[in-house]
This record gives sequence, C-alpha cells and structure tokens, in this order.
Amino acid sequence: MPSYVIMEKCDGCKGQDKTACMYICPNDLMVLDKEKMKAWNRAPEMCWECYNCVKICPQQAMDVRGYADFVPMGASVVPLRGSEDIMWTVKFRSGMVKRFKFPIRTTPEGSAVPDGGYGEVTTDLASQCLYNEPAALRLDALPTIKK
Amino acid sequence: MANFETVEITTDILICGGGMAACGAAVEAAYWANKNGLKVTLVDKAAMDRSGAVAMGLSAINQYVDINSGNNTCEDYVNYVRNDLMGITREDLVYDIARHVDSTVHLFEKWGLPIWKDEKGNYVHEGRWQLMINGESYKVVVSEAAKNALTQQGGEYFERVFITEPLMDGGRIAGAVGFSTRENKFYVFKAKAVLAAMGGAVHVFKPRSAGEGLGRAWYPPWNSGSSLYFTLMAGAEQTCQEVRFIPVRFKDAYGPVGAWFLLFKSRATNAYGGEYMVERKDELEKWGSYGKVKPIPANLRNWLGMLDEFEGKGPIYMRTEEAIAKIADQFKDDPKEYKKKMKELEAEAWEDFLDMTISQAILWAGTNVQPEEKPSEIAAAEPYFIGSHSGASGAWVSGPKDLAPKEYFWGYEYMSTVKGLFCAGDASGASSHKFSSGSHAEGRAAGKAMVRFVLDNNTLPNVDAGQVAKLKEKILRPIDLFEKDGKVTSDPDINPEFMKPKMFMFRLQKLMDEYAGGVTAGFKTNKAKLERALQLIGWLKEDSEKLAASDLHELMRCHENIQRMYQAEAHVRTILFREETRWPGYYFRSDFPALDEANWKCFVNCAFKNGQWEMKKVPIISIL
Repeated sequence: MPSYVIMEKCDGCKGQDKTACMYICPNDLMVLDKEKMKAWNRAPEMCWECYNCVKICPQQAMDVRGYADFVPMGASVVPLRGSEDIMWTVKFRSGMVKRFKFPIRTTPEGSAVPDGGYGEVTTDLASQCLYNEPAALRLDALPTIKK
Repeated sequence: MANFETVEITTDILICGGGMAACGAAVEAAYWANKNGLKVTLVDKAAMDRSGAVAMGLSAINQYVDINSGNNTCEDYVNYVRNDLMGITREDLVYDIARHVDSTVHLFEKWGLPIWKDEKGNYVHEGRWQLMINGESYKVVVSEAAKNALTQQGGEYFERVFITEPLMDGGRIAGAVGFSTRENKFYVFKAKAVLAAMGGAVHVFKPRSAGEGLGRAWYPPWNSGSSLYFTLMAGAEQTCQEVRFIPVRFKDAYGPVGAWFLLFKSRATNAYGGEYMVERKDELEKWGSYGKVKPIPANLRNWLGMLDEFEGKGPIYMRTEEAIAKIADQFKDDPKEYKKKMKELEAEAWEDFLDMTISQAILWAGTNVQPEEKPSEIAAAEPYFIGSHSGASGAWVSGPKDLAPKEYFWGYEYMSTVKGLFCAGDASGASSHKFSSGSHAEGRAAGKAMVRFVLDNNTLPNVDAGQVAKLKEKILRPIDLFEKDGKVTSDPDINPEFMKPKMFMFRLQKLMDEYAGGVTAGFKTNKAKLERALQLIGWLKEDSEKLAASDLHELMRCHENIQRMYQAEAHVRTILFREETRWPGYYFRSDFPALDEANWKCFVNCAFKNGQWEMKKVPIISIL
C-alpha cells in the first residue's frame, strides 16, 4: 500500500484545513478527500514507510501494509508513540507476536534549549570556535594544526 | 500564466532546507544574527520535525570523534576518511567537521536524545567512531532546538515551500525562489547570504524494486538533487560528482548493517559458506595502498562481495544467527544470565530496524525471520548521491582559515565559489563521513561564517524584477501546459503534447541504470555507454520543457525530476572525464579497469555556465 487509512477510524481530523498526516508526511503523499472526510495516500509507490503518519494520527487510523512487490502478506508492525517511549507490536506471518519498548527522549517535549545550557562561551565572530565552544566540546581549546 | 500570488520575504540570511545541516545552521546563525541585529529565515519543503534524511529516526550516530577521551584525534579521523575515499578528500574540511562534531553530539544529548551509556556512564560505541542511540525522535529533538533558536531570536521558518531556483545579482547570490506545495503561492526570498542544505539525490538510478517498493530506497525518495541543481544553476563549482554511494544493506528493505558488522561482529558469507572478505583478500592488492588499510574502504568491501555475486555465488548472507550465538556463548554457564542476554540482544537487533528502517522489521516479520535462528540476505543497493555518508558529491567550498591551504581558502568556510552561497550536509562535497552529526556540525560552522559574511557585505543584492518574472513563468510552466492541452485526451496522463513527471523519472532511471552503471549493468560502464547516456539525457532535457502538472504535488514532482536530471548529467560527465576505476565497488569503468595514481589522484570538478559544462582536474593538497 504501504501506508493506508482505516475508513472506520479516520475522521479527516474534523475537517481542519490540513490533517495530521498531511502535515507530517515528508513526501507530501497524504491528501484529505473532503467529501468523504477521509485521508488517503496518493502515491503509495513513493512511500518510504517512515511511519510518521502512523505515529502522529490522533485516531490511530493509519497503518502500513508491507510493500506488496517483495513482502509476503500477513505481518504487521504497529507503534504507539508516547512522550517518552515508543511501544512496538510486531506480528509475524506465522502469527507470533513480539513487543518492544524503547525510550525516545529524555526531556519534556518543546524544552530543547538551543545552547544546551553551555551558554555563550565564545563571543568573537572571528574565532573558529562556535558560540558554545570549547565548553560544549568538553575541551579547553578547539583543536587545530600547525601549518 | 497560472494565477499564483507572489509572496516576497526579505531577510539577511536564508537557510534552504530543514534537515540536519540546516538545523545546525539555524542554531548557530540565530545566535550570531541576533547579537548583530540580523534576521535568519529557514525554508523547508516538508515539516521540520520529520524532514530530511533523518525523518524516520536513526539507531546510531556515525560520527563522534571522542577527542576528550584521548583515544582519537581529528588527524585519526582525517586518515580514516581519506583512505575510505581512496585518497580523494578535502582534509581541511574533514578535520574542521571532526573538531566540531563532539560539541554537536553533546548538544543533542542535552536537548533530549537518548544516547546509550555503559555502567560507568560512558557512551556505548558501536564502532570506533559510532555511538548507539535510541533515535526514534532524533530529528524531532534536533528540529525543536532549531525552531526554538529561530523563534526566540527574531528569525522565522516556512514549511511546505519548495525552493527551486537561485536568485542572482551578477556573480553574487541574491536569494531563492520556489512555491508552496499547499496553496497557489510563488515565493521570492531576498537575502544577503544563502545556505544550500537541501539534501542529496535518490531515484536518479532505477531502484531494485519497481512496484510499490519503488519508494523503499535506502536514502529517502524526497531527496531529489535540490542542492546540486540550486548550486549548479547559481554557477557554483562542483566536486566529486563521480563519487556515488552504493550501500550494501539487508536486501530489499535496506535495513542497516552497521550494528551487525561492528557491534555484533557478524560475518557475511556466500551461498557456499565462503567468506569473500577472506577468500578474495588478494584482490585488495590491486587497489594500491587503499587495499592495505584497516578498516578496508567501504567500496572495496562492496567490490569483494560483488565479485561473489558476479560469479554466481550469491545470495550473500549476514550471519546473524552465528553472531548472536557467539555473544550469548559467553554466558552459557549461567542460564539466567544467558536468557537475559539473549533477550537484550533480540531487543537491540529489532530496535536497530524500528528506529530507522521499519520496513526491514516488516520484511523480517513477513518472512518469519528471527535473527538468532537464521541468516538474512544482504545486497548492494542502487547508487545514490550523498555528500554526507560514504559518497562525496557536492559543491566545492572554502575551508577554514586556520586549516585550509591557500588554494582552498576564499574568505568564509563552507562558501561555494559563488559569493554569498554557502553549502552544508549533502550539498558540500569532498568531506565524506560526516553523517547526521557531522552535517549538523558543518551547518553550525557554516551558520557562523554566513553571519560574518553578511557583516562584511551588508547590502541587499539587487534583484531584477525581470529575472523574478521569468523564473515564475518557468516554474509554473507545467501547470500552464496542463491547462492548455490536458483536455485534448481522455486520459490526463497520456497526451502527445506533454509528459507527466513520473514517466519522466522512469525514463531517466532506465537510461542511468543501463548506460551509467546501475544495478542491471552490474555497476559497470564505459566511454561508449556514457556517451550514449549523454545523448539520451540531451533528449530528455529537451523534453523537460514539456513536463505537465495537474496540481501542486505534480508541479513539485516535475521540478524534482529536473533536479535529478542535472544530477545525472553531472555524474555521467564526471565518470566520463575520469579515465580510471578508483572506487570499484561504486562503479567500474570497463575500458579503464585499474587505479591510476599517476594521472588521476586528483579531484574532478565541474561547473555549468551559460549552458556549457566545464570539467577540470584539481590537485589534492594534504594538510597533515
């Protein structure tokens, strides 16, 4: 398919000007059919299976079906992404199921401070040091060579 | 002409792209710009949280020099990269990225990227230069810092605006133009300095999968050669356009092999159990000093495996079952510990895919593969253009003042040969092995240099209204063409007056595959084939005037494929010019089947000026 929309669950993000899947797809593949109020993938053969639409969908209305030209049918890999972890459920063609949970970030969403807390260390525009170096390097000085 | 509103934005610094390099540039440039009363604007084709090559996530950071530990130096990194690229590398650039990359990684950690730690609190290395991460949200975290830097310091960012052409003021860059992929708007960005950081190129060559799996390239399908096209059209000199990258990955879904080879120490064997890295050791003697170094260059490792395939000894297998058994064997006397270790290894193996190539997890599940039970096939993918990984194609840029020989220095690090046009990530050439972290570090260094450039050249370049009008007409032409002739036939895709971008892309992929050494041709080519490729590209170029688009999405595809076409031509002309075989596992010139250090240990640079290609050799100057 590869990413596809489950008719029963998709609510077209309630008719806002763009759906979550349209917003996030890096390849501009998702489109909202405003008459049906359902999203759809307009070019499955250009889908990277990055799963960003699946992870972001507020209704869990998206899934991925492996590329039909080389993946035997019956398997599924389903994520559930929270603010700190992601849970994966991997279902094999044989029916076997495996579950994995991995951390995704160590800080609250939105909290990334651009200078990383290292502050302004170098204020000279002519220096080869970037503004939080050498402190952010955990070195006393930026390496260089003798010419 | 189609009715598109023109939106004009004036800024001091324009960052084109939203991936790792662009995010690095945003963080550093925003700080210096704010201090100096300048404005930074970033424009991304997609949504920054999930744009670029790291959109899906990554399971490792491939460049961390770890200078602080005392185990490695920047010199060590330069030596490693130079050898991997068979001697063709800009040591000044590789050194510069290496000396900044550790601070980039430390920032990532502070921003919230989970990096694996051992019981002593040290980073877990996958290999000498690689760190293991829980990288599902790698890009989300990095883009968050970039967006915060921009919005907190007077800058702004645009999403879903596709940059297509540079704006010029004579020989100086003056900005960029493009269009929204969401509404009928034509964007004109006027700037004093511009960064090209719009990624590498995929789908120039025909992929192995041509059905639904067409999109499952190793590198993402949205990277269409925007950087190359943009900088080429601005007149910037290019380098290493012959150095394509062919990754050997798990077959079909292209899952990563790094953790298997480096962390789990897996072997790769052929159908008969033979290990090509051992059985074909003598072949390495043919490739000069580069065949003697450790680690063996990526393209030579590819080459030995390809020789097995050419001789019909495939499939090639990654011996996952053997590797896991070997590791777990250390715990065989302690059943509890053994069980725990097996569980841990299983989770690590699956996370490696789930973080960055989920398709490979689906393929394993679909074929009932449990890596601890049976091996999995690996294979060489189709060629890609990527200045950041183990390829090297990109623009020719200035090095930093304290490192670059005078021949490689023209005032501002990472500035191309066009005044005010900077490049980073996949856009800048001859500085391979920067990967995600090094691209971000390079972007930061470029971001600072751009502010310095603007303060030294603090005038807004002139933008001739006629130039903008002409570009608008050119960019919207596919829409106009479809409007004019689209109703003549009953099928909107089949029309004698125009062609749609999808078939245009297939035409390019077919000719590159067959004549320029793609998968079908066993990565081999020669002069006659390359000349035929140029003839076919010539006709394709003429027909690019007849591309038609029924909507904004197709308009984007039209321009992406024009970009791919120029990437193809730059590549074909460069491999034609270099009369030797230097990277046999990337491409093989059958008419010049050997390394020729006497004549070709040099860069090949090219430029496209007034409709003409200029090719030249450029000497390699070592700084170590």
